[in-house]
Amino acid sequence: MNNPENLLYAESHEWLKVGGKEGVIGITDFAQDSLGDITFIDLPQVGDSFTKGQEMGTVESVKAASDIYMPCDCKVIAVNDKAIDNPEIVNKDPYGEGWLIRVEITGTADGLLNAQDYAGKCVH
Amino acid sequence: MPYIPHTPEELQEMLNVIGVTSLDDLFADIQADMRPKSFNIPEGKSESELTAYFEEMAGKNKTDFINFLGAGYYDHYIPKAVDALAQRGEFLTSYTPYQPEVSQGTLQSIFEYQTAVCRLLDMDCANASLFDIGHSLFEAGMMAARHTRKHIWVVDEAINPIWRKMLATYSANQNVQIVTVPHNNGISDKNALIKAIDDNTAAVMVQNPNFFGAIDDYTEIFAKAKEHKALGVISVYPVMQAVLKTPGEMGADIAVAEGQSLGLPLSFGGPYLGMMACRKELVRQMPGRIVGKTNDLNGKEGFVLTLQAREQHIRRAKATSNICSNQGLCALRSIIHMALLGPEGLKRTAETSMYLARVLADKLAKLPNVSLLNSAPYGNEFAVKLSQNAEKIVSVMAKQGFLCGFPVGQYYQGMENVLLLSCTEKNTEEQIDKLVTTLGGLL
Amino acid sequence: MRTLFDKSVKGRMAVVPAMPKKHAEDMLPHNLLRAKPAKLPELSELDVVRHFTQNSHKNFSVDGNFYPLGSCTMKYNAKVIEHVAGLAGFSKLHPLIAQLNHGEQYTQGALQAVYEIEQYLCEINGMKAFTMQPMSGANGEFTGVMLIAAYHKDKGNKKTKIVVPDSAHGTNPASAMMAGYEIVNIPSKDGMIDPDVLEAALTDDVAALMMTCPNTLGLFERHLPKIVEKLRKIDALLYYDGANLNAIMGKMRVGDVGFDVVHLNLHKTMGTPHGGGGPGSGAVGVSERLEPYLPVGRVVKNSDGTFKLNFDYPKTIGYIAPFLGNFAVYVKALAYIMRLGKAGIPRAAEYAVLNANYLRKKMDSFLNVPFDRICMHEFVSSPPEGMKALDLAKALLENGIHAPTIYFPLIVHECLMFEPTETENKDTLDELVKLMQEFVEKGKQDPEFLQQMPLTTPLRRLDETYAARQMILKQEEE
Repeated sequence: MNNPENLLYAESHEWLKVGGKEGVIGITDFAQDSLGDITFIDLPQVGDSFTKGQEMGTVESVKAASDIYMPCDCKVIAVNDKAIDNPEIVNKDPYGEGWLIRVEITGTADGLLNAQDYAGKCVH
Repeated sequence: MPYIPHTPEELQEMLNVIGVTSLDDLFADIQADMRPKSFNIPEGKSESELTAYFEEMAGKNKTDFINFLGAGYYDHYIPKAVDALAQRGEFLTSYTPYQPEVSQGTLQSIFEYQTAVCRLLDMDCANASLFDIGHSLFEAGMMAARHTRKHIWVVDEAINPIWRKMLATYSANQNVQIVTVPHNNGISDKNALIKAIDDNTAAVMVQNPNFFGAIDDYTEIFAKAKEHKALGVISVYPVMQAVLKTPGEMGADIAVAEGQSLGLPLSFGGPYLGMMACRKELVRQMPGRIVGKTNDLNGKEGFVLTLQAREQHIRRAKATSNICSNQGLCALRSIIHMALLGPEGLKRTAETSMYLARVLADKLAKLPNVSLLNSAPYGNEFAVKLSQNAEKIVSVMAKQGFLCGFPVGQYYQGMENVLLLSCTEKNTEEQIDKLVTTLGGLL
Repeated sequence: MRTLFDKSVKGRMAVVPAMPKKHAEDMLPHNLLRAKPAKLPELSELDVVRHFTQNSHKNFSVDGNFYPLGSCTMKYNAKVIEHVAGLAGFSKLHPLIAQLNHGEQYTQGALQAVYEIEQYLCEINGMKAFTMQPMSGANGEFTGVMLIAAYHKDKGNKKTKIVVPDSAHGTNPASAMMAGYEIVNIPSKDGMIDPDVLEAALTDDVAALMMTCPNTLGLFERHLPKIVEKLRKIDALLYYDGANLNAIMGKMRVGDVGFDVVHLNLHKTMGTPHGGGGPGSGAVGVSERLEPYLPVGRVVKNSDGTFKLNFDYPKTIGYIAPFLGNFAVYVKALAYIMRLGKAGIPRAAEYAVLNANYLRKKMDSFLNVPFDRICMHEFVSSPPEGMKALDLAKALLENGIHAPTIYFPLIVHECLMFEPTETENKDTLDELVKLMQEFVEKGKQDPEFLQQMPLTTPLRRLDETYAARQMILKQEEE
């Protein structure tokens, strides 16, 4: 599994890329691989606020469905409509084109894992 | 041994393979104190004894009434080809089509059923069936509650009372509140319904024709619902839907129907068929199985169960519904029935039923002590007011061989003298004359 | 593949009802009518008959194929039960007649049928009373949990949780949610409920434990007496999911061993056909303390031996079905039960368990069978490492045998779950064993061989991802 060093990871298989006050969130390579071909993504709306660990969306494949949890306290500022329209890009490029939402981080990014520690959590 | 093929030799051989000496050894986990405290059941019957027993039992039911009783469940003619096809073992004894390579018969039939339901109700998407209309109404309400994240259902009191009782039972432990809007002498009170809709409304539910047979146009109500981000839910009678303004034309978000009138025998209450269709935006909130079209490895077109991530076997506690088994064979009967009748046959069925209802209504209205309950437009069912208790009249008429309708007072206080009568294309003008003469003699 | 709609020709008719004496436009105001007719297919009767007959040939069915489908009890559906349920005296009966004033006299046969099956099910399961209203297994689960909720509410108990083992069917947690409960999942240990884990989960706010016994691994729950005791201490009820009753009917009665509520799947255990997905019947039985809450109307026997409908139960949860449930389905079940009788019912369980254990023993040399003990009516197994359960399942289809249940229960890796039922003969079981062994061996040498399966079924593997992404759920009008 490829887990970029510059990202932070949640045990529930989301990643967070921090850039100042803003963050980008997606699901990890391990998550997309476990789900298989993704057929549907449900994401929150711009302006919605969440606390860390709150359920914010869902990804579905043919044989599975998985909730997406917010890795930090934040407010949604953009949603990746391309991923909603073409969920396969999340399979192809989960850390790039397949990002899910951009947020304004309202709390801290504490308690998340680095790439190496996260790799240890990726067992079927 | 009925339905068990093993010979004594085979039994012995199999026990040897397993390494036990008797059949009961296989149940060693069930200790002596857990064995049945009693098992007081008669010995099995032979097939011929069984047949005779049930024929006698069935004979104790009276099914040769001259029938004008409907109240949501109607005696339309079922073409013989429906039974001949739906009872084929390949359909009857197959499982849920989870292995699509060997289930295309069932899958294609469901796809055709979904298509026909969408066209009849004029909606975007249909599911593969729910249990019955009461269950469908409840699931429609739950779809609305999830979609709108609100919890008030505004319900027309002119919806069949049995279905409203089911709504109340099913939603009792849900975070849902039912606001019932009283009818006005058998007519839906559209102004009151409109007033009852506000920003807390999740769904507004109406029925067309309503329980009293009255037909209306609910367009304004659904428009009001939309203004308040609530969903419009309508329950319809599929045979009448061949001629009536459609849920789609009225702007409903979810349409449900009792499919019994499309090829299902009355069978003392079931199995029936809960039809459900909705706008495309709501499809992921829909409960139950859905069939979709796709291709196989060789590029041949075919069908599979799809959007299964909504369902309990994947999503468990977070599923859109707990439904697993549905009314598959009933849905099959209804698509065969619709295919045999076609648009013209279904329309004729509706029109003849309506015509006979008018003949009946006109003749009844001429009797002294009988008047139509209201002047609302109706289809094949209408209510009349009698000079005496309808329940008593129904019971006396039954002795004379008539099911003359449903005594509305069973469900609506103050309407003890109101009788609900329906016709289907199976009724004749001769039967109507007999009914009117006999009833006239009693009133 | 051509659909009914592809075959439709404008103006063609099958059933030709008489021309109505008036048209809708002459009977109703224009604004109440639909703008254009529904585009239903227009076909001749032979077109329709041939269409559905040809499509039926694309189905596997118990009549044509062996279905060792775990958890589904695909036993033979006797033809005589279809005959009795279809008798005109039943099929033509309007359900509302029974509740008219003096109407019960016209429905004595139907009320008798309801009463008799309730009595049989009470005796077979050791319960106080049954309701026939639930229209499927899941609908029965919902009914059962609603009864549990009504009981606790009536007693003033503050209960918010239902405990469900991880091996349970998905309907269990979904049904308990619908009845307003929070779900507590507990993991299994050695294929059974771990009494210590259960103990920890049993807080005072637990309303009930939902159990499948034998469980979905095909194992009898050996800790049952201990579990009953633990639940009693906190006034929690014990729910029996009857999906697997075929293993124990006549050998143990769930009421005798402490279950308070049970739902049955009559379309599994009592031999009524599955109909390609339904209709089923999910009869629910209860112990004495839950009886006051059963749905209405209920059939009661008068002192003169006649039957009537009674709605006067002030504590009832209400209406689960509009009338008395899927009547024509459980009339079949009643006929099945009466055909088998006192000796036949336990015998069905014995031979179901015999067949399952025979298969288990024959297959454990080439499949991984995780629990090396006597199983009940079904068992779980996994293919050798690297081989997919899905591929083996598809290979069976190629050979005219329906797949076992795969990937359930979720707690077994690459699970293949076999349930042969009592109605299959030894030759059929031997054929399955032979095929499975061949596939496993071939699959080891040539993995592609299995991945290609099936080859000659009406269609080959279908693209489910495409279906889910495209969402073509109906045929568009032209």
